[in-house]
Amino acid sequence: MEQASSNTPEQEATSLSETERWGSLITGGAMVLTGLSQRSLRGALLALAGGSLAYHGATSQKSLTQQVTEATGLDKSIRVEKTVTILNKSPEELYRFWRNFENLPTFMKHLKSVTVLDNNRSHWVANAPVGNTVEWDAEIITEQENHLIAWTSVDDAQIDHSGFVRFQLAPPGRGTEVKVVMEYSPPAGIVGATVAKLFGEEPEQQIGDSLARFKMFMEAGEIATTDGQPAGR
Amino acid sequence: MKAVCWHGAHDMRVDTVDDPKLTNPRDAIIKITSTAICGSDLHMYNGFIPTMQPGDIVGHEFMGEVVELGRDVKNLKVGDRVIVPFPISCGHCFFCQRDLWSLCDNSNPNAPMVEKLYGHSPAALFGYSHLFGGYAGGQAEYVRVPFADVGPMKVPDGLTDDQVLFLTDILPTGYMAAENCNIQPGDIVAIWGCGPVGQFAIQSAFLLGAERVIAIDRIPERLQLAKEKCGAEVINYEEIDPGEALKEMTGGRGPDACIDAVGLEAHGMGLEGFYDKVKQSVRLETDRPNVFRQAIVACRKGGTVSLAGVYGGFLDKIPMGAAFNKGLTFKMGQTHVHKYLRPLLNRIQAGEIDPSFIITHHLPLEAAPHGYDIFKNKKEECIKVVLKP
Ligand SMILES: NC(=O)c1ccc[n+]([C@@H]2O[C@H](COP(=O)([O-])OP(=O)(O)OC[C@H]3O[C@@H](n4cnc5c(N)ncnc54)[C@H](O)[C@@H]3O)[C@@H](O)[C@H]2O)c1
Ligand SMILES: [Zn+2]
Ligand SMILES: [Zn+2]
Repeated sequence: MEQASSNTPEQEATSLSETERWGSLITGGAMVLTGLSQRSLRGALLALAGGSLAYHGATSQKSLTQQVTEATGLDKSIRVEKTVTILNKSPEELYRFWRNFENLPTFMKHLKSVTVLDNNRSHWVANAPVGNTVEWDAEIITEQENHLIAWTSVDDAQIDHSGFVRFQLAPPGRGTEVKVVMEYSPPAGIVGATVAKLFGEEPEQQIGDSLARFKMFMEAGEIATTDGQPAGR
Repeated sequence: MKAVCWHGAHDMRVDTVDDPKLTNPRDAIIKITSTAICGSDLHMYNGFIPTMQPGDIVGHEFMGEVVELGRDVKNLKVGDRVIVPFPISCGHCFFCQRDLWSLCDNSNPNAPMVEKLYGHSPAALFGYSHLFGGYAGGQAEYVRVPFADVGPMKVPDGLTDDQVLFLTDILPTGYMAAENCNIQPGDIVAIWGCGPVGQFAIQSAFLLGAERVIAIDRIPERLQLAKEKCGAEVINYEEIDPGEALKEMTGGRGPDACIDAVGLEAHGMGLEGFYDKVKQSVRLETDRPNVFRQAIVACRKGGTVSLAGVYGGFLDKIPMGAAFNKGLTFKMGQTHVHKYLRPLLNRIQAGEIDPSFIITHHLPLEAAPHGYDIFKNKKEECIKVVLKP
């Protein structure tokens, strides 16, 4: 990410309409990943955050290396979008549970732990093959209470991770719709370090399934499992 | 403990395995006193249910005594005698809350696998393949029952195992099949299959007000039971074509409702049966829908075809033109057992139904492989096997 020292009026206008554009994509009813197209989730979330967070002050433009990497398909990022509907839980309740990121490993099998460092910052440890781990710090870059939480990994992280979760009332009596969109990419510049290698087989599936487990935990109070049961083998 | 394990087609074995353990807060461990072999188990036995793994413990019709309870199960006590519905249901999701228990959202840990096939995952089932959750079943000495605070129902004293065991599946299944027919005064209901499900469907159709019931099978002792015990008129489909016979027996109108209590392994006659058998054996077609086809053609205009027999995959040559142009209604699904427990228990207690009449064999659990053989091959006039662990 490049630091924008000062914005010309033209740039100002672009970033404003960008904010609106990503804002409506992220809060709307359509497929977010389809809407993003080639665009990184991180870029869209940063644009949505609208530079209001001083420490980022970033434009939504990509660096040249990043553009080249993407154009040649070397980035191989993992992108997941999944929506579930949870009955008898309000957006407030679900938001509150999720807002404490330390709860995430309860239903996200690929995460070993998350430690909350301060109101915005948390330390994530994910399981990688052969007993290894991948770690990074993430920061909440924008949120709307009871509705949206968006986060990205900090710039020097081992992995480039961003995501958001959105809680929205379904039609009356139908509960709350929860959408999660997440992206994992190799850190910019490290070509060939595919995220798939870090997370093992079918990471999209693995991460996608975690939202179904979130629903189980919230609705049924426990996560269905057959672990440790007997069998004649 | 001892448990009946699937090791491949026609290969059920009684293995010694670990005892089940409490895993989740809403679990119970049940010591099984009676457990039955179901027509659905035959689909596994015959190798038609995908995602089975050698060593899987089977069985979904079972009852017994509570021996251990998870910390969140408050409505049961150790020592309670309970029957357990075959679908595993959380009690809290959209579907459970609407009494659509076999469609529970939260019981199948392998739901993503099913979603690829069906779009959405129905409830997990005990002992019925990894597609349906991979839960160890109840043809065993002990079983772990998830969501035990909403599934198991206590059995009143004075009723024997044989009287209440079939509340776990086939009695509600026969009942729901009949209920799905929306029976009106004067209605004639045709039922394909005089296995246990078919027998209960006949009785239920009468309980729900059917004027006449016509039952179809080819096994003499099953036809006899349908006629003498349940009061149905019967058709032996090896002797006469059921389509023609039904039309003649219903004044040319056709039955008002048709129940398929046979499912995906229907026995086919003639060229059509041969076609399905060949296609199924090379897996181009997963199910043999002879009965479903016949039911569509036989059914009167504007009538209902109710499927209790299980289908799993893809069906060939379904006469949709007939179904569409006759304005038929199709109803189907795994039974919402939980919904029927109370009302059917009441009927048993009131003496309106005594489900034990279908039992032909009581066997020790160790004899399960023999039980599967005689039930599948209709040896020893077998209609229903109850295993005693
Ligand atoms: N919907 C549910 O939840 C549910 C629950 C239990 C069982 N089932 C299904 O119901 C079906 C019946 O179960 P069951 O325990 O009675 O099994 P079963 O195998 O004892 O009975 C099937 C009967 O159908 C007869 N049959 C075969 N081909 C026929 C044909 N072409 N025409 C007429 N009859 C024919 C057989 O002779 C047999 O008597 C099975 O498919 C089973 O999987 C569904
Ligand atoms: Zn059954
Ligand atoms: Zn449920």
